[in-house]
Amino acid sequence: MLKLILAQAMLGLNNGVFYAMLSLGLAVIFGLLNVVNFAHGALYMTGAFLALILYSYLGVWIGIEDLHINFWAALIIVPILIGALGILIERTMLRWLYRFDPIYSLLLTFGITLVLQGLFVNFFSASGTPYPGQPESLRGVVDLGFMIFPKYRLFAIGFSIVICLAVWFIIERTRIGAMLRAGTENPDLVKAFGINVPLMVTLTFGFGTGLAGLAGVLAAPIYSVGPLMGADLIIIIFAVVVIGGMGSIMGAVVSGFALGLVEGITKVFYAPAANTVIFFLMVVVLLVRPAGLFGRQS
Amino acid sequence: MSATAQPTPLLKITDLNAWYGESHVLHGIDLELGEGQLITLLGRNGSGRTTTLRAIMGMVDRRTGSISIRGEEFISKPAHRIAPLGGIGYCPEERGIFASLNVEENLLLPPTVGKDGMSLDEIYEMFPNLKEVRKRMGTLLSGGEQQMLAIARILRTGARLLLLDEITEGLAPVIVKALGDAISRLKKSGYTIVLVEQNFRFAAPRADRHYVIEHGKVVDRIEAAEVDAKMDRLNHYLSV
Amino acid sequence: MNDTTSEVAEFADTDMQKSDTRGRVAQGVLFVILTAAVLVAPFFLYPVFVMQLLCFALFALAFNLLIGFTGLLSFGHAAFFGGAAYFAGHMIKVWGFPPLLGILLAAMAAGVLGLVIGSLAIRRQGIYFAMITLALAQIVYFFALQLPFTGGENGLQGIPRGRLLGVIDLNDPLAMYYFVAAIFMAGFLIIYRIIHSPFGQVLQAVRENEPRALSLGYNVDRFKLIAFVMSATLAGLAGATKALVFQFASLTDAHWQMSGEVILMTLLGGMGTIFGPIVGAVTIVTLQHELSSIGSWVQVVIGAIFVVAVLLFRRGIIGELARVLRLPSL
Repeated sequence: MLKLILAQAMLGLNNGVFYAMLSLGLAVIFGLLNVVNFAHGALYMTGAFLALILYSYLGVWIGIEDLHINFWAALIIVPILIGALGILIERTMLRWLYRFDPIYSLLLTFGITLVLQGLFVNFFSASGTPYPGQPESLRGVVDLGFMIFPKYRLFAIGFSIVICLAVWFIIERTRIGAMLRAGTENPDLVKAFGINVPLMVTLTFGFGTGLAGLAGVLAAPIYSVGPLMGADLIIIIFAVVVIGGMGSIMGAVVSGFALGLVEGITKVFYAPAANTVIFFLMVVVLLVRPAGLFGRQS
Repeated sequence: MSATAQPTPLLKITDLNAWYGESHVLHGIDLELGEGQLITLLGRNGSGRTTTLRAIMGMVDRRTGSISIRGEEFISKPAHRIAPLGGIGYCPEERGIFASLNVEENLLLPPTVGKDGMSLDEIYEMFPNLKEVRKRMGTLLSGGEQQMLAIARILRTGARLLLLDEITEGLAPVIVKALGDAISRLKKSGYTIVLVEQNFRFAAPRADRHYVIEHGKVVDRIEAAEVDAKMDRLNHYLSV
Repeated sequence: MNDTTSEVAEFADTDMQKSDTRGRVAQGVLFVILTAAVLVAPFFLYPVFVMQLLCFALFALAFNLLIGFTGLLSFGHAAFFGGAAYFAGHMIKVWGFPPLLGILLAAMAAGVLGLVIGSLAIRRQGIYFAMITLALAQIVYFFALQLPFTGGENGLQGIPRGRLLGVIDLNDPLAMYYFVAAIFMAGFLIIYRIIHSPFGQVLQAVRENEPRALSLGYNVDRFKLIAFVMSATLAGLAGATKALVFQFASLTDAHWQMSGEVILMTLLGGMGTIFGPIVGAVTIVTLQHELSSIGSWVQVVIGAIFVVAVLLFRRGIIGELARVLRLPSL
């Protein structure tokens, strides 16, 4: 039994990787822009597809059959591309909505989600395509004592923890992070001090979406790459940030990993509830602490 | 020496109008001050003094008229270019200390806008209290410490034109006195200062000129030398 | 509630309040056109298609009661629409309830669901409200997927239409059509009545300026909750009716994408207008129908319309029309 719990906990932690990375990006964006980016899941999906395209399709498309841009390269290229896409979205669309109620930017990014999903459904199988580019060095399994665990998944957990800590460090301990935090509190005053807040907003959105792209690449070898992989995930992410407290960076990360664990362990005791346990926890948090576990009570 | 005879004023504002959304808040502000001068903006709450400073900094939704600093026109400059190009330091009402930044981060946040900004060491020498609490989060400071921090923060940037909004509000008399000494020192070392002040007794001895603002307009302009003669009028303006 | 009217009138949307005669005439004309169109439509168009239009129009009208007249963005209305479809289907098919009773009970069940979801969601405001309704509706979706009697991925199929009041055979297309038309018109009039009641005026006051409504002593949360329950009930009425029309309760109706679609219909037609949701629903459903040949490109088109509507067209079709004609409200 204990072995089973530990095993499911590891698998849950593995999902938690993506909950944490996605809610982190969502929280960073929300903090400065006051925008809930519904397209975050779709950009994660696009990131996974870009990794797949770089490995399996690009070579065929441009006539160099042997070209397979590998996982490690994708880990660098894809976040940059997705970040650039985010910057494009911010500059051409999102920016015109800051004056209005934030629900409009939620609706805009919802529309973008439909467009991205629709496009990938058209060009790729809706049921998903496996990503064949998992690096040689991460194939195989590790014996954890209580279970045999794929090496790659262990890498994904470690890698995402490093990324989350790095983002936390940048935001809490560097000058850029101080500018970001100040901008979150009082953007007008930060602007009056001579800091280019509109540029900061654009780059922050690019950074947050880039994180979603990174999570997408990381997910490609684990889940099969499909147009709907981000669709239901984004709603779980919403629940994660409501539980963690929207403003908090650390809250997003900790709740992400923790809720992945909870979900995994639920599978052991009552599998059908695994899909909904996070939402029920959200209900409990709303009843007990409406501002979220790490949120400031307003 | 007559203040009106300044050849080119450092700051000259003509017919400044400003809006928040649809509401028209400033209806034509005119004022000027020369290098090294200190002026005050007097008036009741809600008369438009704070908005005048915010309009200078580009913190309103729309503004028209003319804001000229060292001969350069600022009315259509984007908000984040105003402080660096004008060499301005702005201390907002209620101090604007960032709660999620510690004292040192607050101090280092505004980028430099001029050459001769104070170093951190000089700042800590001028405000020794700040050094002791430099790792503490901004809003855990006392009101007086927060005010010191808000002023220190802009002195570090090398700004030579300071816009200070209600810096004595809600502070104990002993701190108000310390602030007064600091302002006098700054003026002596050549800073140009616009002071929005409720406390006339704090402002009067240090000002070259007073502007009285009512309903978003300058209704009177009183030179330092005329203050005694016009005390009745001033009392009338400032009485609630 | 009558004694509160005058106070509310003070700060309720004055355009709305003093809707001048021109506005009333225009509303009257539109209402006559609507009624006439509903009456004759089955002779020109495929009745099932028109019934589909009416169900979605009623759904959008119910949704608009919340976003347009209370200012709350629910991103979970599919739970009520789809949930009621399952309730009605189960009651009629398995328990053998007559169709009208099944539909009305399903609408009430959706109202109870609305009470549960609403009382949780109103604990937070604005954008959080949207996210929480979305997440809670996802629970309903998983129930629809996993409960033993919902038919899982296949949905609940073969719901019999039965006989209305034991007499009229609803398998007759025209009989079914006028039954649906009657439900739609009843729903429309109920919503119209709510909007123009003193209660509706308070709702609009909450939308315009919540702190002010609070300071006048209104229990804002209770008003929001009542509006939420009403909206959920009416959305349930629409969903239950749709289930009877198609004899099928489907998972799609409970999915969050459906919550998004009803937002789009309302936004496109005009949030806070009286006829806008109908126009929006007709536009979107017709578009989906006409474009069904291009497969999943429909989703791209719908998404693109969403983007354009949000960026350039926030008043919606009817809202723009009212502005051009200088009418207070349509």
